[in-house]
Amino acid sequence: MNAKMTSTPTSKIVDTTVGDGLRFYGIWLAGIAVLIVLPLIFSSGGSLTSFSLIGIAIVFALSYNILLGQTGLLSFGHAVHYGLGGFAACHMMNAVVSHGWPIPLPFIPLFGGLGGLAFALVIGWVMTKRAGTVFSMISLGIAELVASSSLILRSVFGGESGISTDRTSLPKILGLSFGPQLQVYYLIAFWLVISAIAMYALTRTPLGRISNAVRDNPERVQFIGYDPHVVRYIAFCFAGFFAGVAGGLAAINFEIANAAYLGAIQSGLVLFSTFIGGVAFFFGPILGAILVTYLQLGLTSVTGVWQLYFGIIFIGIVMLSPGGIAGLIMMHRPLVRAGTLPTVIPSYLLAAVPTLALACGVILTIESIARTHSGQGSPINLFGVAFSPASPVTWASAAILVAGGFFVARLSWRRVGEAWDRATTIARDRGYLA
Amino acid sequence: MTAAIEVRAVEKRFGNVGIIRDLNLSVAQGERHAIIGPNGAGKSTTFNLISGHIKPTSGEVRLNGDVISGLRPFEINRRGLSRSFQVTNVFARMSVWENVRCAVLWATGHRYAFWKNVDSLSEVRERTAQILDDIHLTHRRDVPAGLLTYAEQRELEIGITIAGGATVVMLDEPTAGMSHAETERAVSLIRRLTEGKTLVIVEHDMSVVFGLADRISVLVYGHIIASGTPEEIRRDPKVKEAYLGEEAH
Repeated sequence: MNAKMTSTPTSKIVDTTVGDGLRFYGIWLAGIAVLIVLPLIFSSGGSLTSFSLIGIAIVFALSYNILLGQTGLLSFGHAVHYGLGGFAACHMMNAVVSHGWPIPLPFIPLFGGLGGLAFALVIGWVMTKRAGTVFSMISLGIAELVASSSLILRSVFGGESGISTDRTSLPKILGLSFGPQLQVYYLIAFWLVISAIAMYALTRTPLGRISNAVRDNPERVQFIGYDPHVVRYIAFCFAGFFAGVAGGLAAINFEIANAAYLGAIQSGLVLFSTFIGGVAFFFGPILGAILVTYLQLGLTSVTGVWQLYFGIIFIGIVMLSPGGIAGLIMMHRPLVRAGTLPTVIPSYLLAAVPTLALACGVILTIESIARTHSGQGSPINLFGVAFSPASPVTWASAAILVAGGFFVARLSWRRVGEAWDRATTIARDRGYLA
Repeated sequence: MTAAIEVRAVEKRFGNVGIIRDLNLSVAQGERHAIIGPNGAGKSTTFNLISGHIKPTSGEVRLNGDVISGLRPFEINRRGLSRSFQVTNVFARMSVWENVRCAVLWATGHRYAFWKNVDSLSEVRERTAQILDDIHLTHRRDVPAGLLTYAEQRELEIGITIAGGATVVMLDEPTAGMSHAETERAVSLIRRLTEGKTLVIVEHDMSVVFGLADRISVLVYGHIIASGTPEEIRRDPKVKEAYLGEEAH
């Protein structure tokens, strides 16, 4: 009896690991397959550029999550490592060309990473002495320091114009010149896969686990033998390295590194992407980077006040879903397992209508105000319907959509809540929810 | 034989206020030692002084003969002293399994390793499973620690404390806030898990103290007024006066 009692949980653990293991590798292989196939389906120059930027943003956001999600460090200056990685890569590329070193382009992101790492090694020990507000404030200060130095130290950072380079002049490998964007895309995709696997693997090491413990409770960590300062420092160095890799990829992609790489906007953008995606899950920053880069590229062409929408989305996520998109998705896992997901879907569809109406109302309001004030008065195109920003009809429809949408959305989301309660109760009864 | 813990003339002042004055305490190897005293006597401060959470203003603390006062908590922990907290102090967002495993990692020599897969470390896995079994939380292994019941969190707290294999274990009010049945369960758990180790325990529940301890020290206003076997403590007139009161029952 006793032997049976102890052997049962062990065998169950083995079973789930094998099942999870298959699914785990399946997800990674599917991701790699998507990266390979993507440019074959969307082969226009514009989409290739977008995919390249998204790939870089994913590496950068994942590196940021080593700090924020894994170790609980809120940095306002992560772009410093990204930027220094970019500059390191540019200088390296130029040095390779002028000295004739036999280093082909695919190895350059590694030097970007070393650039980011070097700065993290130097500055990190002081920065990670404390977590929380102290760390955040120091990161902000360091970011400003480096950003202002970048305009002063002209020989290193090239002043306003930055350091430019030519990726096609490096020694060829496998006959690839890396002139065409398609080749650059695959280079970025390659480094994305390598970096993502490495960063995921890092979460599965003793250091990765202890980083989580430091995030949750740095005081207690000291009483299980660990110095939280050392843990934070090593995590900080890894984050700096992979941010540098992302910066190196950007340098290859744009063939330039300038002060904008390491500025506050870039630091804000990575925080934004990571948080919107969700810091609690490894894949969260990936979703966030995809969405934010896509929005950034898409919104700028349709509206002049795209930052305003970024702000609204950010506030919305922080207030309504602190777990980000990944948190929203993973909330549904117990329901999927318990088989009660279909019971909440109808309420979602019902709530989507007024929510969409509310969103349209907000967009109409913002665009009317923005376009009237900027004096352009160009019509607002919303799902193929043109609205004149100066017309009272537009204002009236905006008001009706906002007020009516808000009122009905409140009622319908309440019904979503009720459906959720029922579904989670069943899931709990069936043992899929703690 | 050197004492497991030796506190000599330790003083702790916060500004002008002396919280601990001339504290002397000796805990022999393998002894179960209880520290009792009224609220505000400085029991938790004593724990904090020994475990390195705060540094003494003067005096010294020795662990197995080596001076540890002035060392930082993780350095003291690595020398084989582990403590629990009065207020539950676990890793709330991590699963029960992860909580215990983290506490096992340093002691099994994996330190800050970032080149090993934590799931494939068989010694770590076995030890973690053993401790979960010991604290009866195997069935809750995947639950985030923050979602456990209060009694379960207290058990996890003990599990984390003993997971590193420390030879000196200090438990700060492990049964505080527990029902009678939960307390009994916790006491038998403590008795079993600290077999062959040195145990220092702060406890308010006198039935726990007198049932568990080999020796008892009575702390009043930051000073130990008596130290001895449960029988000696029960008869000591100073203790009766200062702590147990006028023989109320």
